[in-house]
Order: sequence, then C-alpha cells, then structure tokens
Amino acid sequence: MKTDTIAAIATAMSPSGIGIVRLSGAEAFEIADKVYRAGKNSKKRLSDQESHTIHYGFIFDGDEMIDEVLVMLMRGPRSYTGEDTVEIDCHGGVYAVKRVLETVLSNGARPAEPGEYTKRAFLNGRIGLSQAEAVMDVISAKSEYALKSSLSQLKGSVQDKIKSIREKIIYHIAYIESALDDPEHISLDGYPEELDMTAAELEDKVKRLLATVDEGKMIQEGIKTVIIGKPNAGKSSLLNLLVGEEKAIVTNIAGTTRDVLEETVILQGIALRIMDTAGIRNARDAVEKIGVDRAKAHVKDADLILYVVDSSQPLDDNDREIIELIQEKKAIVLLNKSDLEPALNTDMLEKLTGKCVISISAKEETGIGQLEQQMKDMFFHGELAFNDEVYITNARHKQALQEALLSIQMVRQSIADGMPEDFFSIDLMNAYEALGRITGESVGEDLVNEIFSKFCTGK
Amino acid sequence: MAVLREEYDIAVIGAGHAGCEAALACARLGLETVMFTVSVDSIALMPCNPNIGGTSKGHLVREVDALGGEMGKNIDRTFIQSKMLNKSKGPAVHSLRAQADKQAYTREMRRVLENTDHLTIRQAEVTEILALDGKVTGVKTYSGAQYSCKAAVLCTGTYLNARCVYGDVSSYTGPNGLQAATHLTDSLKKLGIEMMRFKTGTPARIDRRSIDFSKMEEQTGDERVVPFSFSTDPESVQIDQVSCWLTYTNEKTHEIIRRNLDRSPLYSGIIEGTGPRYCPSIEDKVVKFADKNRHQVFIEPEGLDTNEMYIGGMSSSLPEDVQYEMYHSVAGLENAKIVRNAYAIEYDCINPRQLQATLEFKAIKGLFSGGQFNGSSGYEEAAAQGLIAGINAAMEVLGKEMIVLDRSEAYIGVLIDDLVTKENREPYRMMTSRAEYRLLLRQDNADLRLRKYGYQVGLISEEQYQELLEKERRIKEEIYRVEHTFVGDSDTVRALLEANGSTALTGGSSLAELIRRPELSYDTLASIDKNRPELPEDVREQVNIEIKYEGYIRRQMKQVEQFKKLERKQIPADINYDEIGSLRIEAKQKLKLYSPMNIGQASRIAGVSPADVSVLLVYLEQYGAEKKKGGTDDSV
Repeated sequence: MKTDTIAAIATAMSPSGIGIVRLSGAEAFEIADKVYRAGKNSKKRLSDQESHTIHYGFIFDGDEMIDEVLVMLMRGPRSYTGEDTVEIDCHGGVYAVKRVLETVLSNGARPAEPGEYTKRAFLNGRIGLSQAEAVMDVISAKSEYALKSSLSQLKGSVQDKIKSIREKIIYHIAYIESALDDPEHISLDGYPEELDMTAAELEDKVKRLLATVDEGKMIQEGIKTVIIGKPNAGKSSLLNLLVGEEKAIVTNIAGTTRDVLEETVILQGIALRIMDTAGIRNARDAVEKIGVDRAKAHVKDADLILYVVDSSQPLDDNDREIIELIQEKKAIVLLNKSDLEPALNTDMLEKLTGKCVISISAKEETGIGQLEQQMKDMFFHGELAFNDEVYITNARHKQALQEALLSIQMVRQSIADGMPEDFFSIDLMNAYEALGRITGESVGEDLVNEIFSKFCTGK
Repeated sequence: MAVLREEYDIAVIGAGHAGCEAALACARLGLETVMFTVSVDSIALMPCNPNIGGTSKGHLVREVDALGGEMGKNIDRTFIQSKMLNKSKGPAVHSLRAQADKQAYTREMRRVLENTDHLTIRQAEVTEILALDGKVTGVKTYSGAQYSCKAAVLCTGTYLNARCVYGDVSSYTGPNGLQAATHLTDSLKKLGIEMMRFKTGTPARIDRRSIDFSKMEEQTGDERVVPFSFSTDPESVQIDQVSCWLTYTNEKTHEIIRRNLDRSPLYSGIIEGTGPRYCPSIEDKVVKFADKNRHQVFIEPEGLDTNEMYIGGMSSSLPEDVQYEMYHSVAGLENAKIVRNAYAIEYDCINPRQLQATLEFKAIKGLFSGGQFNGSSGYEEAAAQGLIAGINAAMEVLGKEMIVLDRSEAYIGVLIDDLVTKENREPYRMMTSRAEYRLLLRQDNADLRLRKYGYQVGLISEEQYQELLEKERRIKEEIYRVEHTFVGDSDTVRALLEANGSTALTGGSSLAELIRRPELSYDTLASIDKNRPELPEDVREQVNIEIKYEGYIRRQMKQVEQFKKLERKQIPADINYDEIGSLRIEAKQKLKLYSPMNIGQASRIAGVSPADVSVLLVYLEQYGAEKKKGGTDDSV
C-alpha cells in the first residue's frame, strides 16, 4: 500500500479562528519536525515525544513564522488512519491554516486524495469490514465532488492558459518521439536550441501561474453568492450597493445584464463571491437566453442565493420558477423597492418561499444592515461554510504547478548538459502529466494521437 | 469415410514469424508439435519490407533472442546490410535494423525448423478448432483430418479471409498471391470469438536494371556491425554489405495521386478495414500532409540473388496504370519496370481484449494466439507474441507456471499489455514512445533483463545462464571499482581532459564522476585508469551506461516501484463487478469487458478512473478478508 505522507485541512474553513491541518503517513513526524519550533532556540523534536501528547509551539516556513499552534501527536496504529498522525491546531484564521498546509506540502507531504484518510483507515484495519461499502461510497462521492469543484473553481482564463501550455508540450514530445521512431524521416538537427527557447517561455508561464496561486487569483475563494430575480427587480443595483461602486450597468430597461458579473466582497469579515445574473424570464432574445441559462447553472452550485423581488409588482410565472429553483438552497429573499407602492408583503413571501425575507430599498440604501446581519448569523450558525475542498484544490494545483516547473527546468538542464534528445521527453512528459492533473485531463493515448496527426512518419 | 487421425501435444496454425517462434519454443521444450502452413515454401515469409528491426522493433528482436527465440540468430545469418539507428541519441533509443536477404531468411528459418526434434511441418489449411467444455481438444484440416492436441497456437497472420486490392482489381488471396484461409473464421466465431477486420498494404517491387541510381543518394551500412543475437560471434557479422538508395516524391507525383484519388479503393470505400496510421499509403500521406511537397522514398534490395527492389515509403492501392505513372514521376524511377504491383490487403483478426496477458484466450483453455491475428503489425511484433504464446502453451501442457512480462521489464510486456488492455482500432505497431520506462528497457541490456526467464522456462541452457551471471558479476565489480578509484590533477589527467574538451580538475575525483561528464566516457578514460581489468565490449558498455545515466535511471526505477505496487495486487478471476455499488457504471462495463488480472492493468483501461481504482482496492481488501474467513469455516 502507499505509505507516503498525506496532508489536508481536517476542519471546515471558518473565520472563527481554529483550523486543523492533519498529516498521516510514515514521515508525518519527520515532516512536522521540519516546520515546527517549540521556541526561539529550542531543539525539541516532535519525533522524540511520547504518543498522544500535545505540544505548544510555532510553525515556520523557512525563517518566517506562520502561526502559533498546538500540535497533537499520535503514533500508529493508535490513530484514525492507523498510521503515524500529526494534527496541527492553527489559531491564526483561514489564511494561516492555508499557509501551514502549504508549508507541510512543500516539506514532503502530498495533498490527500478525496476520501484518502478514510481509505487508509480501512486498509490499516481501523474500520471494520461492515463499513467497507460506506468507505467506497465516500471515495466515489468525494472524488466526484472534488473533480466538479476543482473544475468549477478554476477560473476559465487559468484553464485556457494551462491548456495552451500543455498543447505546446505535447507537440514537442510528439516531435521528439516521431524523430526517435523514424530517424530517417525526421531530423533533430538544431532542435535542442529551439526547444530551449520554448522551454524558457513555458517556464516563465508556469512561474506566472504559480504567482497567481499565491495571490489567490487562480481559484475563486469565498462563499459563492448568486443574486437572482426577474429582469429589472434591482439585482444590479444591489450588487453595486454591496460592492460600493458602479460595476453593473443599472438601467430600467429589463434584461440589461446579459452576462454574469462577479465581485468579491468582504462583509463583516466574511468573503463573499457575489454573482449578478441576467434576470430570469422566458427570454425571447437568443443572447439573453444564454444569460438566463447561465444564471440557472450558477444557482445550482451556489452556497447562498439572494433572491431579489420587486415589491411593486405582483408575482408571476417567472417568480414561481425561481422559487422552485431555490427550494433546496440556502437563500434570503429581498423585497426590493420598499420605497414604492407595495404589491407584495413579507409575510406572504415568507409563507411562499419558506425563506427569511428582508425588505430593502437598493435605491434608498435601506435594509442593507439587516441583510448583512442575517448573512453573518447564518455563517456563524454553521449554515454557511467555506468549502475546505477549495483550499485542498488550491494546494493540489500549486503542487502540480511546482512539479511542472521543476520538470521544465530539468529539461533545460538536460539541454544545457548536452544530453541526447530522448532524455528531454522524459521530463516533458512529467510536466504534461502534472498540468493535466489541474485540468482533470489524463494522458491516455494523447501522445500517440499527436504523433500521427502532426507528423508524417512511417514506411 | 476413414479420416486421418494424429496426436500431438501442441498444434501451431501458421508458419510466419509468430508461428515459427511458437513452434520452435514448444518443440525445443520437448513437446510433440505440429505446425500447419498453407504452403511450406512460405515459411517465415517477408511479404512486405525486406528488413528486420528498426526503432523499438530492434528491441523486440533482442528480447526474443534473450528469451531463447530464433529471429535474431536468423537475421544475423542472412542480413545484407545493418545499421544502428539513433546512434547520436541516448542508449535507450539505439536500435538495430538490418536489410534481409528475403529468400535466404526464409530458407534458413526453414532449415532450422526442419532440423528441430519433436517438430512436424504439415502443409494443410486448418478449418476448425475443436473444443470441448471450453477447452481445446484438437484441430481439423480441409481434408477432414483431425489432429488432437492439448494446446493450440493461432498465428494466422494476414491469411484469414484475406483479400488483396489495387484499383478495382481484387483477389481473394493472402499476401503474394498465396492461398487464403477461408474457413477458420467461421469456426472461431462459433467458439464465441469476436473478430475484426484490419488492412495493411505494401509498395511495388521494381526491377533493379530499370532504376537510375545516379539520381539517388546512396545509403550504406555501418562500418562495424553489431549482431542482433547475444549468441552470435560479433566477428561473424562483419560482411560485405549492399547499399540502399534514397530518392523523393515531388509535386508531380502528388498531383498524379490527387487526380486519381477517386480510383483508390481506400477512398472510394471498397476497402473497409482499418489501416495503420504509422504505415500510411502514399495516398494517405499526400492527403493528410498536403503541405509537404516531397516524401522520402527508400529503394531497398530484396536479396542478393534477385533484381527486385522494394520501394519503401510508397505503398499504395491505386490502379495499375496510376502506379506506373506515379512511380515514373520519382527521380531515378522514370523508366522503372514494375515486377509486382503495390496492393492493400484486408484480413480477419481478433479483438485482443479476449486474451489474457499470457496470450491464452480467456474463454477457451489451451487456445493461444500471436502475431497479426492479434491485431498487431510487423514481423518483430509477431515473433515476440509467437514466442510468448508458444512458451505459455508449453507451460500449460507441462503444468508449469506461465510467463507474463510487465511494462517495466520488456517492450514485449508493453506490447502485450497494450494489446490486451487498450482499445485498438488499427494494426498495433511498437514504438519507443509507448514504453514508459524505456531508459531501463534498452536493447543493450535485453539479456540482463530477460535471460533469466528464458532459463526458467528451459529455452536458455545452463551454460548460457552461467555466462549471464558472470557478465552481471563483472559489471557490478567494475562499477564498484570505478566509483572507488580516484584521480588527482596530474599532468596526464590534465592532458586527457584537455584533449576531450573537458575542464580541468580542481581536486580529486572518482573515475565515475568523470564518466558522468557529457564529453567523457568509460572508454576515453582508459589511459588514466591504471588498474583497469581487461573486459569484453558488452561489459564495458553496461558500465559506461549505468554510470553515465545513473541519475535518470534512478528516477525511472522509482517510477517502476510505484508501478509494481499496483501490478502486484491481483484481481480474482471470479470477481463480480456488479456487486460493487460504488463503481461508476462505465467502469463496471469496462472492467467486465477486459477482466484485468491485477489493479495495475485495471487502472490502464480507458474509462476506469483513479477513484474507481480506489474503490476496487477497498473492495478487494474486504473480499480477501471474507475469503479468509470462509476458508476457516470450511475447515471446521
């Protein structure tokens, strides 16, 4: 069985402060020792400590102190997974937990696969046979979810960039391989210089992507909040109000917002990714129809929905469709335009939707405080949570990018050393594979297909 | 009516490159073997290109030789030109390729077969495989004769329901106008075997006297020839070699082809079989790579005693008149006289996922198969499978353990694993890019990798095996010595480094460290290595490679370790995938279809995700535990 050491954030990410990073595997203690310091000049090693003890100290990334922590040690088989396990209790909030995870990963752990702790627990005999079926369900459900969330969190532009890097890499591997397989047809004279130029370019691109990860721009973090409502209910006005600037075009012409606008807002310390969608109605215009479909798709994987209703208009079929859509979701109903003559009231809507209803006026900027308070309550009551998978995904992406970078650098080293061309493709393939883990594409028959489609080879 | 009845241990159907290796392996292991062929004159026939080896295929020949096969020895006796390809590249992609004297090759292989004990050659068309209760019992020929056997190896190549086509002319024959086998497919279908139809093709042969070689570039062989076989004396292959010639197609050639595309059976739909992408006809090249204004054409002799020349790179199924026009447009072929037309050939083969990695049919015990019948292409791919199928058929009859080579051990392992676990839509050709661990799977170390298996099954003699162990020992000792021999910055060292364009030493260095420098090698350091023992060339070569590429080799070994872990997890044959609720439906279907032997193989099947593999692992753990429990209950 795999005995490498895995790491993940073991708690849901919440700004309440404490988060646990868990390490499991043969090198759990060794890795923890690399990042842990009990005090300024302390030589205390966690590996020397008794099992099932707790230690106060600090996590360091090189010379930089990241967080003040409590570390709990459990030697296998007396742990959940049955392996040596270290749990690091972090106190510095979401950001610190993330940094601690990254630090252990860069010191030799690898990000846990979905359901991997449970799988290890089972394989090490910590969970009984009767639970095996449950374990398998967890694995398949979690990986399904991880794949979905990993792709949905990846920004489109990032995905495009990685795809284009991969295309370049596979082209070059295919070129080298065709020449190796058919040396009499395809020559590699002067090729190393050309490859080095491309590799330098790719190295630069991967580095820039890595910087993006560190700045948190690569994936979208925060509670995914979707604003929905009929055309001209005031969705864009609400977004502008929450963001504090004019982002959405606000007109009184229904259907102005045809695409989805997105903004990140910090409300009471909670990060919200707010999306303004096109109004939902039976769209006649083709362009608008796309916008409506997209809005519906966003509702599906939203963490929170803000349903904006124009209180001066009676409900119609479009509203009933929206109410249907948000039934299974966490949602707040906002009765907008409270400054106008009402055609609807809060009680009526509460009964109809079963959700909390708040009366606001985006125009007069009233009711916003109440909305913020409601969101905060939901968050601290655990009804809303940061998705910890996001951080794991991000850590996985980062590791994959680092691997790709290293491989590309090794290609350049091989070129500089004057190694024969067949050595280049070993590391190029590793880079290609690593990047594929981010976009969820496996290698399969890519190479063979690329060779045949791009190069005329054979007798 | 009385029919002939004979008894054998093993029946081999077909006498091509797969059939020859299979039959020789079985007979050499002492089993009474009968080999059927539609024509004794076509034993080990080379109906397409006149060469053995080439990139990655050369590796296969070396591996066949290491295991105790015949192909390497046979080409060493009958080659007329030899080249080590990719010599300027790394050792992993060096590949031997030899031009064969086709007739000599056939004659020599036939001589070996005829002089092998326990082997009977029989000219007859096998029409039926006899099986009872899912087990082979014998074969029946066209005359009605019955040959009972304990195992049979199918190596029918391109002969099953074969059809040769050019233009609108088609004939129901095997290659070279030989008799096709038209009955066996029906018998196989009745046994529940799923058949496919593939196609391949060959270029024209042209009379040497009608070629103007002054318009072509001469291609000569290597000055020092390396033999294919580890048993061949290297001095015995230093012969006078013949030349091949290089010329090119041009815009005029392409224009002729484009103008006549509607008359090509490939493009008009007369041929339905799937052709190989790596061996495209000239029509395909012109259509698919329209931006290229010329393609290489290699003119290769078919033998010493013939004027026929093979026109490599211009296989075609265009009509006869277009072939003339097209070949005549090529520089040097203006007045060419065609001896044999180019043609495409269609034939029946099986979907190889019906086979286990031992090359035995999953559903029929004792029935094995190898070669183009399994959906591959090429003489070398055929020989490799024929050898494994033959060995394993023999092991089955002898009640001994069969051999399965994995992807980290041999190109043969990659070849067979790809055939039985991947979806093949065209004849499968070996390529270096298909081998993940190619740095370990070099042609120079095939003996070190595989001789032990040849010895284990009984095809490699005790003496040969002792030689191998001695070679291993010498390599190990010399590597140790070179790593622990140090030199300083003396005058002789400085002079040697300077002469090789290498920077001077600042302190002491081991010889191994110097060997790792790109511009130096084990051999170049001879003059500064005072205590160097006298070692044969092959040992020196291994020492050099092992030291020079140590870092890369170590990385690849690490990957192999990971790979082996999954490969060792066996999946029981009676597993019921429907019982595993958490597997995705697609994964269930694919796993049922391929019934992989182990987790590693399962993970390579398209449509089986890493999560499915995890689920499978957990299930197997549970299954194993229940089996154990069940076993105890029984014994109580």
